Amino acid sequence: MSGPMVKAEAVRKRFARNEVLKGITLEVQPGEVLCLLGPSGSGKSTFLRCINHLEKIDSGRLSVDGELVGYREEGGKLHELHESEVARKRAEIGMVFQHFNLFPHMTARENVTCAPVRVKGEPGDRARAHAQELLGRVGLEDKLDVYPSQLSGGQQQRVAIARALAMRPKLMLFDEPTSALDPELVGDVLAAMQQLAREGMTMIVVTHEMGFAREVADTVTFMDDGLVVESGPPGEVLGNPQHERTREFLSKVL
Amino acid sequence: MAAAIVLIVALALVRSVVDNPRFEWGVVGEYLFDGRILHGLRVTIELTAIAMGIGIVLGVLLAVMRLSPNWLVSGASSFYIWFFRGTPVLVQLLFWYNIAALYPKIGLGVPFGPSLVHADANTLITPFAAAILGLGLNEGAYMAEIVRAGIISVDPGQADAAQSLGMTRLQTMRRIVLPQAMRVIIPPTGNETISMLKTSSLASVIVVTELLYAGQLIYSVNFKTIPLLITVSIWYIVCTSVLYVGQYYLERYYGRGARTREAGPLERIRKGLFSIRHQP
Repeated sequence: MSGPMVKAEAVRKRFARNEVLKGITLEVQPGEVLCLLGPSGSGKSTFLRCINHLEKIDSGRLSVDGELVGYREEGGKLHELHESEVARKRAEIGMVFQHFNLFPHMTARENVTCAPVRVKGEPGDRARAHAQELLGRVGLEDKLDVYPSQLSGGQQQRVAIARALAMRPKLMLFDEPTSALDPELVGDVLAAMQQLAREGMTMIVVTHEMGFAREVADTVTFMDDGLVVESGPPGEVLGNPQHERTREFLSKVL
Repeated sequence: MAAAIVLIVALALVRSVVDNPRFEWGVVGEYLFDGRILHGLRVTIELTAIAMGIGIVLGVLLAVMRLSPNWLVSGASSFYIWFFRGTPVLVQLLFWYNIAALYPKIGLGVPFGPSLVHADANTLITPFAAAILGLGLNEGAYMAEIVRAGIISVDPGQADAAQSLGMTRLQTMRRIVLPQAMRVIIPPTGNETISMLKTSSLASVIVVTELLYAGQLIYSVNFKTIPLLITVSIWYIVCTSVLYVGQYYLERYYGRGARTREAGPLERIRKGLFSIRHQP
């Protein structure tokens, strides 16, 4: 049986009086790359954070690989999961942040080995070998023992990608991974992500990189004001948008 | 010009100290390594170390409690901090010293149920134990605020990243947030330790023979008050100086990965001597 990797049905989320998600419904199939586009404040990042339960949803259903996020269903009722179970499920979902969020008190390699050793109990030497391989794959084999503050933004973001991959996730979430980078550093990060997509990773990418969306995405979803406006293959959504809001947004960013 | 004035004032001070026979430097030298003074010094160091240890452990616990989403847990921490910061530590010391008047017997048991073990408060709470409790519990309240400030100073993105990797709240706190909070926590904790070393002299009022009380016991017999206070002060200043150097190396350890590094105290002294020697 292979259902969707991510399934959202009428997901709503509000912060105080401000409703950020007003009923998001979408599906992501295993191996699919979904790019989420939309103006800032449209709820893209919040939706991403809901998928690994960094934010709690207020209503609707959200599941990853057939299991509800943050809840367990019993006799038609939802029960909130214990913190350790939430943590165990998060371990299967990798996340890459806009501001990298590398651990500044650890070297690049320690950043990558930290979670496998502490969370999964992987033996140290195996975790270190795996970290070396992953950092090599993103072109940083010579930066193993360097602290984040000595790396460029692009290098830090590639360490962050390796750190997420070290947990062997089944789903990767990217929250504007290149928005905080100097233009000339964006390419290396996008190349690492494209490579990952080619290897069959399921990915949800919040981005403003239209070139990446066009080339790498299987599906492009345009969000505005907490709702999905339109969704489809990149050629259609980017080339021939059906909605006025999408056209307006694309005319500004392209 | 300013340097010249500083130099003249310094020379005048040194001269007055050397010339005035009432300093009785000979007596200071005689008592500096006296067995009773050295024993007092040991008690002072023990008192400082144990009370700070209690303060730090309690401080971390209270800070984490204070940031808990559960209001009962955070409220208990707030109450503790409010209470222990709101009363003078000298009063708290006297309270612990006289605790037997309040609770003649102290025991462990089920609330409102049978008591499992109990002891006489006067034998359990010795003056030393009263000093440890008074200083340590008070320090916990101050350390809690220092640790909390450190935790808050860490970018919330760090906790997001740790939790997205599957770490629990406790693991995130221990492995990711606290090590980074250390950079903010260490300097004021160093100050607290230095301050504790000096505050421990308050224990002299509840007959703990720490450094000051050891000196007082001697000068109450031979009336060499000033030389003995100087002897005691020399030991206090030696200890605080050692702590100051230790604090620098701790800060450097927890600052690893940071961009800037300033010269250490030993390095600065070495450089200072070098520049004096090479002045034209």
